[in-house]
Amino acid sequence: MLIVLQLYFSFHSNDRQTEEAPVLSDMAEVEDTLKRIQGINGVIGTIVVNAEGIPIKTTLDNSTTVQYAGLLHQLTMKARSTVRDIDPQNDLTFLRIRSKKHEIMVSTDKEYLLIVIQNPAE
Amino acid sequence: MSSKRPKSKEARKSKGKDKSNETNPTPDGGALESVTSPPTGHPDYIFPLVLTSATQELFGCRADEDVTGENPYKLLKKEDIIKDMKTRASVSDFSPVKQLVLDYPEDELLLVFDRDFTYGQSFYLVLTVEAKENILKPSVEGDEEQMKEEEVEEEEMIIPKTPVSHPWISLGSEQEIEEESVTESRPRLRYKISPLLRHCGAPVCFSDRSALDEKEGFVECPSYQDKSFSIREMEKHTAIQASCDTKHSSTQTLWKYPKNMWTQYEPREFSPEEKEHHLRSEHLKNFITSVLIRFEISLQQNYITDVFCDDWTVLCEDDGMLAGKTETQLKEYQTFMDLHFSKEKTISHVHWHPTISGVIAVAMTERLSLEERIDNSTKLLLNPSYILFWNFTDPINPQLQLECPDDVLCFQFCPSDPNIIAGGCMNGQVVLWDISAHVERLQDTRSSSKNISNKLDKNNVTPVVRYCAVSGIENGHKAPITDIQWLPETFELSKLGIPVENPSRISVQLVTCAPDCSVLFWDLRPPRVVSHSLTDVKQKSEEKPLENPHGVPNTFKHLNLTWKPFIRVSLPKIGSSGEYSPLKFSLRDNTVDSPTGDKPPQNTDREEGCGFAQLRVPSAKQQKPLENISTKLYVGTEEGELVYTDWKMEKDNDSGRLLSTKPIHRFPLHDTLVNTVSRSPFFKDIILTVGSSSFAIWKEGVTNGPILMSAFSKKMLTVGHWSLSRPAVFFIGKEDGSIEVWDLLQNTHKPSQSQNISSAGITCIRTSSISSKQHLLAVSDCLGTLHILQIPWTLRRSSNSEKQIVRKYLEKEEERLEYFEKRQIKHEKEKKEMEAEQQRKKTEPVLPLKQEEELEAEALKKYEQFLALEKDILKNMGLLNEMEDSSDIHLRASAADFTVYNDDISTITSMKSRPIKGHLFQAANQKALLDIKGLWDMTGPIARLSCSQMLTDALDVYHREQVSLRTHICAAREISTQNDIYPAEECRV
Repeated sequence: MLIVLQLYFSFHSNDRQTEEAPVLSDMAEVEDTLKRIQGINGVIGTIVVNAEGIPIKTTLDNSTTVQYAGLLHQLTMKARSTVRDIDPQNDLTFLRIRSKKHEIMVSTDKEYLLIVIQNPAE
Repeated sequence: MSSKRPKSKEARKSKGKDKSNETNPTPDGGALESVTSPPTGHPDYIFPLVLTSATQELFGCRADEDVTGENPYKLLKKEDIIKDMKTRASVSDFSPVKQLVLDYPEDELLLVFDRDFTYGQSFYLVLTVEAKENILKPSVEGDEEQMKEEEVEEEEMIIPKTPVSHPWISLGSEQEIEEESVTESRPRLRYKISPLLRHCGAPVCFSDRSALDEKEGFVECPSYQDKSFSIREMEKHTAIQASCDTKHSSTQTLWKYPKNMWTQYEPREFSPEEKEHHLRSEHLKNFITSVLIRFEISLQQNYITDVFCDDWTVLCEDDGMLAGKTETQLKEYQTFMDLHFSKEKTISHVHWHPTISGVIAVAMTERLSLEERIDNSTKLLLNPSYILFWNFTDPINPQLQLECPDDVLCFQFCPSDPNIIAGGCMNGQVVLWDISAHVERLQDTRSSSKNISNKLDKNNVTPVVRYCAVSGIENGHKAPITDIQWLPETFELSKLGIPVENPSRISVQLVTCAPDCSVLFWDLRPPRVVSHSLTDVKQKSEEKPLENPHGVPNTFKHLNLTWKPFIRVSLPKIGSSGEYSPLKFSLRDNTVDSPTGDKPPQNTDREEGCGFAQLRVPSAKQQKPLENISTKLYVGTEEGELVYTDWKMEKDNDSGRLLSTKPIHRFPLHDTLVNTVSRSPFFKDIILTVGSSSFAIWKEGVTNGPILMSAFSKKMLTVGHWSLSRPAVFFIGKEDGSIEVWDLLQNTHKPSQSQNISSAGITCIRTSSISSKQHLLAVSDCLGTLHILQIPWTLRRSSNSEKQIVRKYLEKEEERLEYFEKRQIKHEKEKKEMEAEQQRKKTEPVLPLKQEEELEAEALKKYEQFLALEKDILKNMGLLNEMEDSSDIHLRASAADFTVYNDDISTITSMKSRPIKGHLFQAANQKALLDIKGLWDMTGPIARLSCSQMLTDALDVYHREQVSLRTHICAAREISTQNDIYPAEECRV
């Protein structure tokens, strides 16, 4: 009986170790990638938003982030449903909004949105 | 009936049968034999049949058992018959009637036992439904009828019965009855007859009398036709009133009390832990990495090129630029020259009227030197100079003349009220004019030019406007005022030079400068002390009509001759005693958004008469200081310096007196006086200064020096002016009467074009955009002529991105300046190090020389070795024979050449015996590598090869600064290898 328990625990601890190591690298990787995007010329801001439109990570100030996240989430969902209504097998992957001053790019996924705002005129 | 009745009574039957038999001659026996043939002696609906005993048993109709004479009927089912026909096929008794059975509509067929062989067989089949009914029914009723017949026969002799009652059937008789009968259509008339009242109760005596005796006995009422009812109705008036159904209804809403409500949104946000959780999730990582490339591509694409750029419009723009190249020159549009006033005079200043287009004001000064001026002072006093107003509609006569107390060097329109003009005089006074009475004249000329031309004869005299106010001589400048400028209406200055809010929104302050080392600030409003006594003002107003012989508007009466500046900014020199003498200045164009956003109604103020007199200097405490206004100004001085200073006053700690601050920077750049300090209308921090021989562009905040500095020009530059429509363009006026157009985007080292305008020097340049298609350039010269030029399309039309490009250019230049500064510092450092090195070397000076000699000797040695080798090779190749001598000489010569180049005289002397020493000498002196090259050309390919080889060797040894030489040598070597005279091996040697 004891042996079995020990085995279980050892398994458990093993699992933990293997889990934590990649988790840290994941986070670093995500941040690195975001930094890389932010480093491209003309990029004003980068925002990661979850499926409900709540910002997770941002390089902009809070109020701007909240505004962008809320509005672009709505727009993206609308665009996505449009694409899906036209063809249920299709899905929206990338949305680019060109305005006079900026270009806003949104990429979607089941769970997250990535929003990048760029000033293309530079 | 005969068919119906055959079975009712035998007697009858027999009778009927007899009859039928009679009609049918066919004997019964024949019918028996031929069963299949249709019997002729029976009706169509009957088919006689022979049924075998088996069939009789099957269908339950055995003769005399199931069916008898009394009950001869048997109903057979159609199905059974069909079944029988099928099972037994042709053996079946029914097969002859197969088709008939199949056609029979009902389910049951009637089979009758013909005991008497009425139709020739023992049975017959009834083939129609009616016949079946008839046979079955009458067989029941038939007996009763029979009975009745018998009875009738019996009763013929008996008494007839009473008729049986039947229900009445209407045949129309009742109508006749109705017509005949009388009914009451109305209530009966009633008559009441009573005796007279006086007879009532009176004793009555009755007696007999006959009714017919007298007439009173009865009343006859005969009927007659009333004529009035015979009138035929011809016309009838009828009226109908339509009215809608109205309905009264009411409802009661529920009363609710008003209530103040509010709600507050709050965006949903994650806590840091949740965020971290999300950031750590594998899914996010996958998402980001999958999306990254897509983003990178599009972001870079955006950065590289503007995909949405409209090529068409850009093309059009470029095209226009190309097409417009045909007319890049400034075209003369109009010239103004007044014979009386402007001839023999210099135009000192020119200004376009800020609101009325096509009107330009020109200030004149005498063309005299100081001595002449002093000599002719009385004459000058009697002939006052004027500022002339020209209008495009009238090139001959000026529209207006402003009389000046002395020659005016500069003037400016008030930004908030263009009818107020401030000017700076030669004698240091500031002059103010009010031309509001003559605005109509300036404005109307355009619309009613015809009237004017008609009136010209009468109204030829140009109105002269006398100045309203002159500053006090003792308080003003001590030198000619060279520049004047109004402060914008958005702010004013307090006594300490601190910018404060201007509540009235009218420009009331102006700045002047003169080479008496001061910049003065003036306020148009009456000083506080004076305005205190109301009686004083009253008295003045009473006196005014008397004191007004010239029709001078009393706008600035309160200032005349007592006006003094409220701030005096002195310009103490940096690092030494003395002061800078300013000629021109430039304020930062501070525009402050007015807090209320609306401009005050200027006209109402003006209508009140002297608006400026009623404006009061507010107390300093009431005004709130404005933080974001720069108090810095650039000043161009007589010595060609540009001084950057602050007008704010500082309190001296020791004495408590107000002192102006020391200038912040000073750039000595131009060699003589600065004649223009002008800010770019597009970039608030870019300043153009023009000195007499060069101009420079500065950026505020850059302390390293000018961003751009022009080359020295042979002709004196007299004035500079930015283009108002293109950020990259400015105009430079020159002493010889030409104008240079500089386009920073085209060239920065030379003007993009130069054009001669006048024979005399240019004094002033001003641009104006009358319409989007017409931009004018006013250029004045020393001879008193004002040239109006049309700016060509290329110089007024700015491309969309021009401002950005110019900004980038300026930024680049700024970076260059910084870089140079850094390099200078670095160089100085290096220089110091070098000096230190040299100092160190001097302590041991002999060694390096020796080394050089050693190296030389080594080189010579190598050279000797090389020569020997070369000789061997050439000999082996058999090429040396004829060329030996010369090549040797040349080789030597070139070697010597090289040594001479490095180390002069000693080698030259050693080479004197050589035949080509002159050449060498020349090479040594000129240090010209071309000579060496020429030498090679002379000596020919062999020598060239060896020569270059030797030289490179020598170079390796002498390795110094002759990098360029080496490249030449390399080039030379390449040439020789390309000549391909020698095998590759040799070249490698």
